Formats: sequence, C-alpha cells, structure tokens
Amino acid sequence: MSQTRFAESHEWVRLDDGLAVVGISTHAQDALGDVVFVDLPEPGREVEAGEAVAVVESVKAASDIYAPVAGTIAAVNAALVDDPALVNRDPMGEGWFFTITPRDAADADKLMDADAYAKHAEAGN
Amino acid sequence: MAETESLLETPLAGLHRELGGRMVGFAGYAMPVQYAAGIMAEHLACRSSAALFDVSHMGQAELRGEGAAAALERVTPAEVAALRPGRQRYALLMNRFGGIVDDFMVANLGDRLFLVLNASRKAVDLEAIGAALPAGVALVPRPDRALLALQGPGAESILAGLAEGVAAMPFMGVLETSVAGIPALVTRSGYTGEDGFEIGIPAEGAETVARALLAAGAAPAGLGARDSLRLEAGLPLYGQDIDETTSPVEAALTFSIGKRRRLAWDFPGAERVREELDSGPKRLRVGIVPDGRQPARAHTPIAQGGITVGEVTSGGFGPSLGVPVAMGYVARAAAEDGTALELMVRGRAIPARVAPTPFVPHRYKRTPILQGVAP
Repeated sequence: MSQTRFAESHEWVRLDDGLAVVGISTHAQDALGDVVFVDLPEPGREVEAGEAVAVVESVKAASDIYAPVAGTIAAVNAALVDDPALVNRDPMGEGWFFTITPRDAADADKLMDADAYAKHAEAGN
Repeated sequence: MAETESLLETPLAGLHRELGGRMVGFAGYAMPVQYAAGIMAEHLACRSSAALFDVSHMGQAELRGEGAAAALERVTPAEVAALRPGRQRYALLMNRFGGIVDDFMVANLGDRLFLVLNASRKAVDLEAIGAALPAGVALVPRPDRALLALQGPGAESILAGLAEGVAAMPFMGVLETSVAGIPALVTRSGYTGEDGFEIGIPAEGAETVARALLAAGAAPAGLGARDSLRLEAGLPLYGQDIDETTSPVEAALTFSIGKRRRLAWDFPGAERVREELDSGPKRLRVGIVPDGRQPARAHTPIAQGGITVGEVTSGGFGPSLGVPVAMGYVARAAAEDGTALELMVRGRAIPARVAPTPFVPHRYKRTPILQGVAP
C-alpha cells in the first residue's frame, strides 16, 4: 500500500494493489460535522481529476467530493449507504468513499503528502 | 480574517469561544453554528433534556404610550388590543400587498408592549413599525439587552432553580423576575417545539445567567441545532420559508390573524388575505418527507409527474427522526397530506410525500384548563 496523498479539496487517496482508494480527511469530516448521507458515483464512470463525483451531506449542508485522480470508478463503499456516520468515525479507513482504476498511477504522486496537507488544512483552507 | 472582522458580536462572544463554538456570520453577527459536541448531539440534548441558545442577535424593542396596541395593529393582523398583561403572542408584520415583512413576538408587560424581532429584519421592522405610530406612542429599541433561549423538557427544572415563579408559567406566559440574581424578562416560548423559556436580560448580566444555566445542566447549542429543531417542529424561518412575497394564507400562518381582525379586515394586505381565504391560495407551505435518506435542501424543485409544482424552502436531516424532512411551497392541488411528489435533487427525482407538520410533536406547556374545553 502506498503513502496517503491529499488533494487541496480535502480528499485523500491511497494506492492499494493498483487501485486508488479515495476518502475525505479527518479535518474535512470535522469541518462538515455529522454526516447523514453519502451520494456515491456509478461504478464504470470515467472521471477526470478535480471532477465532482460524489456528495456528502451533513446535518447542515451538502458538499461535493472531487476525484483526486483521473480514471474509472471501480467500486463504492456500500457500507456508507446504511451507516454514513462511518465517515465521521473512521474517515481515513472504513469510511472510504470509492475506488478509481487510475489512468496513470503516477498522478497521485502530484498531490500533497501528509505534512504538506496538514499545513494546508491548518492555514484554514 | 477579513470576512469576520465586520461582524457584530453578542455579549456572550467570549463564552462561545471558551466553549469551542464554531463561529459563522449570521445576519451580521458572529454566532456559534455549533460547539464541540456537534449539531446532532446538541439537537438531541434539547429534545431529551435542555439546551441553551444565545439569541442576542435578535431585535428587542419596547412600544410605549397610550394606544400602543392599536398602533401595532396598523401593521399586523394579530389581535394585540385584547392581549392580556403577562401574555405573549406570535404575530406577522405585513406589507400592503399581503406579503410578510417579518414574524415576531409581542408581549404585554402591562405598562408597555415588548417585541422580539428577527435579527435579519430588525432594521426593516423598526422602520415599518415606527412609521405607523401616532403621536404619543414611542418605539424604543433595546440593543442593550441580551436574549437566551433555554429549551427542552429539562428547561423548567433548571430555570426554577435560579428564578422565582417560572414553573407555574403557562405556554406564552410572560414574567418579570430575576434569574441568578439578574433582573430578567422571561417568556415561556421558543423555536424548537419543546417546552422552554426565552430569557431577556441586560447585556452585562448575560454571561452570569448563561454560566448559571450551563452549570445547572443545560447543554450549549448553536444555530445549526436551532435550525434542525425548528424544521422538525414545522416552524418557518424568515427569509427562507416566508418573505415579502408570501402571504399568511400561503404560509399556513392564518392562526396568527385575530378573529376580530378577520371581521374588520383592517390590516395591511387584508384584501389579498381575504381573497385567498375565500378562493384558496395558489400555493401552500407544506411539510415534505422524502423517501430514503437523501436530504433535499432549500431551492430543490418539487415536481409531480415531471411537471414542476413547487420548491423546497427548508430541508435537511431530522436528527430526532433519523430521516430527512423538508418544507416548501406546492400548488394547492398538490398540497393534500399524502400527495406523492418528486424532489429533483442533482438531476434525479427522489420520491417524497406531503406530510403533516410538526414532524416532531410540540411539547408546549399548555394550561390543563384549555385541554378540557371543547373546540
């Protein structure tokens, strides 16, 4: 499993056996508050990096989730349908959103590492 | 940060920060949208025990002088003249086109009326009311006062430990007393559907009272929980569910129009209200329950068989219900309880139905004698 990378829009991505696993950061789930619904993409959908592909709804608002890398949606986390609060409880693990078969596995390397992301989040972004 | 610099603060700004309040701009004020516990926990605390909200951003004003009640009736269809001392009432401020300028509370303090206005509308309201006053009646804004809302089934016992006479108050009762040693104007009312109190105090006493209420067991709650609570209670929010284009009939707020006023038709916009009562309004505010778990937010189009019949004005998740709920306006033909609708969320039709409000039953402290009287 590769190092976890982060997008400026607060998604994380981790390469696992060639698949890019995508979720939202601990900072993002904290800022959103209690997650009550997750709208997941259809597997097989072609997505570009930065494209809005999912929606996470908290008690107070709906927020877009962007694909951190280009590719094809491979699978979605069905557990979030019945238990969206998984995103709050384990954002970096069991609360993953979807996987992407990346067009170019090297794309993830262009994203921030954990230290750079921590600074980005701390700066109020 | 530049965007928060110009915001006003309430007398409890320091306490909000101390309690981990997440501050946002609302109606020109920096207000806590939530504290560390989060909206869900704050909402549930209000339903199960008691929550404390700072609502000092709201407008407070006194109307003094001979004929104050009659003067106020020039701008509202509420029955004000017959409002007894020690009682409060919900009222609408109307424009001459039958639209709602604001919704507000009016209390009779015996020697004067006391008004509580929406924060986002207080400047507009004060001007509209002021313009309608005859000589001898004065409108006196009270920006020197703070306002706290203590809401929930545990509110009575908490407040009774700090104030004389509050346990015996009925719903919409008004009492001048003291809370934790601070002179206070207490009303038994709120915006959550729960029993509870609104406590008006001098700004300099606000922190003393708030700390005493928190120490006695109230959970601090922010605007996020206030919004989800009032949505479950079916209560409209000005600027979202009602505005200068919506009438009291469309908004399902005709209960606030006094019987005498419906005979005299002597309030602004009476012509439209009368016409809509006689012939039915074109649209009506209704409760809506979507199927499934996906919330439909404000401005979501409402359709029936692919044809647009209305729009959601407030929508979200009901933490006490565990499902999404909404309210909005639909064409009269689609307003019957149980009517099947489609909510167009991000291009997909979510099945929904018209449902009676409140979604969560009100638990106001009604006086038993009224419950025994036949309608």
